[in-house]
Amino acid sequence: MILIIAIGIALMLIGFWGALIRKNMIRMVLSIGIAETGLQLLMIGVGYLKGRTAPILDSAVPFSQALQRVVDPVPQALVLTAIVIGVAVNALMLTFIIRLYEKKKTLTISDYRDLKW
Amino acid sequence: MIKRAIALFLVLFFGYVFTTLLLNWHPWTELIGVARYYVSHELTELGATNLVTAIVVTYRGLDTLGEVTVLFLAATGVSVLLRRTTITLPSPGSKRQSSEILHTATRLLTPFIVMFGAYIFINGHLTPGGGFQGGAVIASAVLLLFLTNSHQALNHRILKTIESLSGATYVLVGILGLFLAGGFLDNRILPLGEPGRILSAGAIPIIYTCIGLKVGTELANILENLRGPATSPVLEENEGQAQ
Repeated sequence: MILIIAIGIALMLIGFWGALIRKNMIRMVLSIGIAETGLQLLMIGVGYLKGRTAPILDSAVPFSQALQRVVDPVPQALVLTAIVIGVAVNALMLTFIIRLYEKKKTLTISDYRDLKW
Repeated sequence: MIKRAIALFLVLFFGYVFTTLLLNWHPWTELIGVARYYVSHELTELGATNLVTAIVVTYRGLDTLGEVTVLFLAATGVSVLLRRTTITLPSPGSKRQSSEILHTATRLLTPFIVMFGAYIFINGHLTPGGGFQGGAVIASAVLLLFLTNSHQALNHRILKTIESLSGATYVLVGILGLFLAGGFLDNRILPLGEPGRILSAGAIPIIYTCIGLKVGTELANILENLRGPATSPVLEENEGQAQ
């Protein structure tokens, strides 16, 4: 699980780097998406307990043994929320980009100086 | 150049922070705190065999209502912002029609993809899956339709009806919990039933079906707006002739 968490951290750093360095707005949105994925991997990795299985009760994992057999379900529920919110945010960002492109016919972020101080 | 250096410094700083966290991190060997309570009490309290669903729909039900609201607001924002878009698609003549194979496969597969999405959200309290996942699968069927025919029109009246009815039912079930059970969004307004059956876990299947329909229609709406205005190729050709 250390490996999964390390991959998650690496993805987050790649995403930060891309969001800070790239000038193309669509690439910035993609970078933020990559960072989101990294964060989700990180959270799932933190909730994992060694040698345990998914938090779903059935004949293989009876309720009486659940405390010893399943991983932490709370981070998984949080990540479910994070994924949905991520989709909503990405859709809104892409919409803003479409409107901005209509206005100035460019995707480069440094061409938009109206709100710069 | 300075900007690049600042970015590099920031990323290295975050990398240092995260690496330190990772190196000093001792994984838990046992469930503690709230997770321990959920795992040890969930089945007798709520009766859902999928613990994640029980947490998402009932224990943290208010968060999920907020989450659905955020998704709804995002879908509304997308449609408001793209309502009077002036970006025109390249004229249909310049694009090759999608192939016969894609057309036939889409016609064959779309009902089954929608059915699979419904299966995922109806079984959300028993197996991995749930309303958001099932809704995303249904939206992928809509995406397949758009990929096959970029001028595919959706019936907005049906979408709007499904979306608002499922949203209203979700809130109504939540309010019923106030009167018939322990509180807002309590799933025990219906009998818990035998764990593992499709009709068990009280109101969780109803709530997840509502969420699945709502998320599916909202994502389909977002996809349609991002695709661009729906103009039929025949209509555009006629307009061209008129001009």
